[in-house]
Amino acid sequence: MNGVHDMGGMDGFGKVEPEPNEPMFHEEWESRVLAMVRAMGAAGAFNIDTSRFYRETLPPHVYLSSSYYKKWFLGLEEMLIDKGYLTREEVAAGHAMQPAKALKRGKFDLANVERVMVRGKFDRPAPAPARFNIGDRVRAKNMHPATHTRLPRYVRGHVGVVELNHGCHVFPDTAAMERGENPQWLYTVVFEGRDLWGEDGDPTLKVSIDAFEPYLDPA
Amino acid sequence: MSHDHDHHHDHDHSELSETELRVRALETILTEKGYVEPAALDAIIQAYETKIGPHNGARVVAKAWTDPAFKKALLEDGSKAIGTLGHVSRVGDHLVVVENRPERHNMVVCTLCSCYPWEMLGLPPVWYKAAPYRSRAVKDPRGVLADFGVALPKDIEIRVWDSTAETRFLVLPMRPEGTEGWSEEQLAELVTRDSMIGTGLPRKPGAPS
Repeated sequence: MNGVHDMGGMDGFGKVEPEPNEPMFHEEWESRVLAMVRAMGAAGAFNIDTSRFYRETLPPHVYLSSSYYKKWFLGLEEMLIDKGYLTREEVAAGHAMQPAKALKRGKFDLANVERVMVRGKFDRPAPAPARFNIGDRVRAKNMHPATHTRLPRYVRGHVGVVELNHGCHVFPDTAAMERGENPQWLYTVVFEGRDLWGEDGDPTLKVSIDAFEPYLDPA
Repeated sequence: MSHDHDHHHDHDHSELSETELRVRALETILTEKGYVEPAALDAIIQAYETKIGPHNGARVVAKAWTDPAFKKALLEDGSKAIGTLGHVSRVGDHLVVVENRPERHNMVVCTLCSCYPWEMLGLPPVWYKAAPYRSRAVKDPRGVLADFGVALPKDIEIRVWDSTAETRFLVLPMRPEGTEGWSEEQLAELVTRDSMIGTGLPRKPGAPS
């Protein structure tokens, strides 16, 4: 979706402001939100792409004015309601009122904590040979799905060069919508800065994205 | 950060922000419905606070600076090479290590959200997840570097890696001059988090840490 989360190349957000000696969490509730998202994801309530999509679909003014973990919280609550794990009435009451929905991998208890700390695997067996080779020129498609995608707007329509092939990975565009993992070849595609940003762009800049094969056409 | 879940309930609710109340209510519901165990949430937080962090990445960089065979393996397959190091082996798959050279500086961003090599660097800082960095890194990286007080030669290539999939990127900075004969442990002290994102450079020998 062409959401406000797709920020590459936008102007007007001001300077980057590093915070000296930044704490891991600024408020304790942030750590509880992180843990709940990790736990419910590990228990099978949603996949990582679905959770990203729920944050992206927050109204633009909410997205821009909420802190990072506030966005996580708002996305989590909405997603768990949509998926039937809790109800708006329960949220309003602050207590469980309905029977629980079974979780794919069961209750998240202490025995599951180690599992959360190991990163998931996203590569899958290839259903077909790769369409592109290293060095091929490719054009990022001019596509504007209303649902989740990982093709940022700033490269759409532009020509780049395939630099790396990462194998076949879970395809976020379908996984986020719970339409299956639908594995696709994943490539690092590099673009010239001036192709993206015009003649005023930094001539020494190259930008790469990791692009799934359905995002690309031969060029 | 406290790991004591029960102390929450000692507070008067009027002291708490609306967000805090809502987060607490959600945890209560998830617990009452039997989806999560609060002690397991405590354990997740504790693991993030103690097990991951830039010390992991710094160790990998320092080893690459002293061991050419390891460096070669690291650049060929980051996850596999780090997997040979024992206690920093929990990096997961799909880690790509990119090397800074005199003619090329690398910088990592996630314009769409906040993708970041957690196991190597810890949880990302607020600026990495915020609009100014996400919007400008791919268009004006030298301007972003200036915000960090970093100025690079005008003719050096700047390569920005936008983390748009489940691959994760770690920058291998250049080893500072004047560190000949240093041990891995000494070198690791020079490796800052930002130098592994590409928004900073390693400390110089003798500079305050």
